[in-house]
Amino acid sequence: MELLLDSLFNGVAIGSVLLVAALGLAIVFGLMGVINLAHGELMMLGAYTTYVTQLIFKLPVLKPFYNSYIIVSIFLAFIVSGVVGILLEKTIIRKLYGSPLETLLATWGVSLILQQFVRSVPLAYGTGLVISLLIGLFLPTTFPSKIKESINYKYFKFSSWIFAALTGVLTGSVISSSVSKLSRASARNVDVTAPSWMRGQVEIIGTAFPKTRLMIIIITLISVVAITLFLNQSAWGMRIRAVTQNRQMSDCLGISTEKVDIITFGIGSGLAGVAGVAVSLLGSVGPNVGGNYIVGCFMVVVLGGVGNLLGTVLASFGIGIMTDLIGAGRLLSIWPDMPLPLSNTINFFATTSMARVMIFALIVIFLQFKPTGLFPQKGRMVEN
Amino acid sequence: MRISRRILAGLATASLAVTATSCGGGGTSGSFDDTVTVGILHSLSGTMAISESTLVDTEKMAIEEINAAGGVKVGGKSYKIEYIVEDGASDWPTFAEKSKKLIDQDGVPVVFGGWTSASRKAMLPVYESKDAFLYYPIQYEAQECSNNIFYTGATPNQQSEPATDFMYKRSPAAGGDFFLVGSDYVFPRTSNTITKAQVKQLGGKVVGEDYLPLGNTEVAPIISKIKKALPEGGIIINTLNGDQNVAFFKQIQDAGITPSSGYYVMNYSIAEEEISTIGPEFLEGHYGAWNYMMSIDTPASKKFAKSFKKRWGADRVVADPQESAYNMVYLWKQAVEDAGTFDDNAVREALVGQKFDAPQGPVEVMPNHHLSQTVRIGEINAEGGFTILEETGVVLPQAWNQKHPSSKGFACDWTDPSKGEKYKL
Repeated sequence: MELLLDSLFNGVAIGSVLLVAALGLAIVFGLMGVINLAHGELMMLGAYTTYVTQLIFKLPVLKPFYNSYIIVSIFLAFIVSGVVGILLEKTIIRKLYGSPLETLLATWGVSLILQQFVRSVPLAYGTGLVISLLIGLFLPTTFPSKIKESINYKYFKFSSWIFAALTGVLTGSVISSSVSKLSRASARNVDVTAPSWMRGQVEIIGTAFPKTRLMIIIITLISVVAITLFLNQSAWGMRIRAVTQNRQMSDCLGISTEKVDIITFGIGSGLAGVAGVAVSLLGSVGPNVGGNYIVGCFMVVVLGGVGNLLGTVLASFGIGIMTDLIGAGRLLSIWPDMPLPLSNTINFFATTSMARVMIFALIVIFLQFKPTGLFPQKGRMVEN
Repeated sequence: MRISRRILAGLATASLAVTATSCGGGGTSGSFDDTVTVGILHSLSGTMAISESTLVDTEKMAIEEINAAGGVKVGGKSYKIEYIVEDGASDWPTFAEKSKKLIDQDGVPVVFGGWTSASRKAMLPVYESKDAFLYYPIQYEAQECSNNIFYTGATPNQQSEPATDFMYKRSPAAGGDFFLVGSDYVFPRTSNTITKAQVKQLGGKVVGEDYLPLGNTEVAPIISKIKKALPEGGIIINTLNGDQNVAFFKQIQDAGITPSSGYYVMNYSIAEEEISTIGPEFLEGHYGAWNYMMSIDTPASKKFAKSFKKRWGADRVVADPQESAYNMVYLWKQAVEDAGTFDDNAVREALVGQKFDAPQGPVEVMPNHHLSQTVRIGEINAEGGFTILEETGVVLPQAWNQKHPSSKGFACDWTDPSKGEKYKL
């Protein structure tokens, strides 16, 4: 019983890391069909946001609230990655809808740029830049419609960008003068330390579980529930689904497809940022942190069936449980006196690297029989 | 207009500065008779840049020190050392290509370079075919002995063997079972083969072994295996690489695998630089084994740390790989002065037997092109350094490991033409 519980928990823990990382991609790639190779770098931005938030919460003013920085950073990471995602959509991806190969190349280029960006720009000014973008993109939307309709609107818009740039430079220099670790560019990996209440273990039904893993499972659960509710219950969610199913018809019916694209991409990117917070709790934060997850993300989305959230959820937990079963050699402890050749085979695959080989092999075999994944999309849209 | 001109001027100076630093070590000064240009070849970009750039800094510092003390004196003339820094870009074929460029095009008498075993293996045929000389400063798995490479890092019998011995006989977990964890490439696998043979000789037991593919940070299956194999605590030998250590230590601490519950990790790739990245709060109470540790309390060690901080910034640290890099520049200088020429063959002959008072203590070049060194076992403390627990005497290097089944009974000696790369003892 304890063994089963342990294995299930481990599988869910591994799976939830995969799921939270793949969730944003399930939306961007699954619903919009954009092959976004910069998805991993949006995760990386989320992870760096956690690092910056952690350092800012160490300042004397915010020190009393230090223990809650991880909660704050989840929201900040969503906003930061979301804003960068929106900018990416507005400037590059929008012009490439319908040409997957070009999108793939362009987003790969963006991923390289983002990696180099965090290596060679001091994080304080990176933060300033994101704040400028945030203000520049969203300040104009808050103008009253009277201004929006006036012929001088472009001047208003322009001046709001100037204001945004100034605020960005100001916050950048304030942060860089108060937190010395952020004032210099460094290619070195940095470290996020979980607050003390999140370290160590907690006991559930007689078995000890690491708290950070539980936290990641909770983050994943909340993200999945929130995104499902948003897609199925809200008006914008309905519009997103409508555009996914039939773009031209939705356009004809008066849905602003442009706005829908921005919102979908922004949410997908924001979720990548949340995933960044989760992975920063497990390892170190560096320019390559997202690259380690990108293949796994695509694997999960493809295995689950493109465009199907439930498929993504099941695929991640399936892979997680398989990883634990094979990699930790659990079958041997469940069935200790199995025939020798079989137990030798299982022992051979019971290392982390061989388990990975085995799982990829199984996925390849599975996709031979079901090339469209666990839950293929049905209906007219597929035929187009 | 004025502003743009100023920016232009600034850009011009900046680019000049860049060219100057990338193409040579400053102009000649009047007090030298001549100059000699050496090659420095490490990764300045890519994943290895973080580690390898510290070696470039150390080598530059050593060269500056030598120049300040009057340069290299050969045949009654004093030579100022200049250097060409090339970027290996964390890409192994690039290391080979840049080596060719340094030897053929720039005609340097010596190249200081490399970090990963993969980069060394890529460079080796270049140096052998051109009969040039590479100085390689990293602790590595040995099982190699080239006439054209000089290795200043530790061989396994100068690091992992004394460490395993310590863990089995004198650590708080003495007599316990071993679990081996490493990244999935040549160094951890070779090192663990040696450790397994040694544990068997000592009468201990290795109860498990696992390798994490490079780039993977999911440690959960390894943790469940450790808990299953060592339910009451024990010894973990860790040869994980770089960032994977961060994931490993964060996650094992959360899973309750800590010194206070009886699990002690001995690390072969964690030096002061890595401790500050991972965070001492995760590493306190675990162990490391090196030839040089920053906490060595001798004037030579303190001077080395102090001049490095003075040259590159007060927050910088020095660690074992840097000390090896520092030593090799000085050993080259001594050998050249003894040989009285920059010619490779003469320098190679003069090199064997060279002694140097290194920051770690006295070192000597052995006939197998490796260094005799002191081994230290340290416990990681809360300040991010090592508390040195024990120190061996000077340990002679074994290029061919005497515990590895494939090389037992072999040795290397380049001073005797009848022996050479690999001869039977």
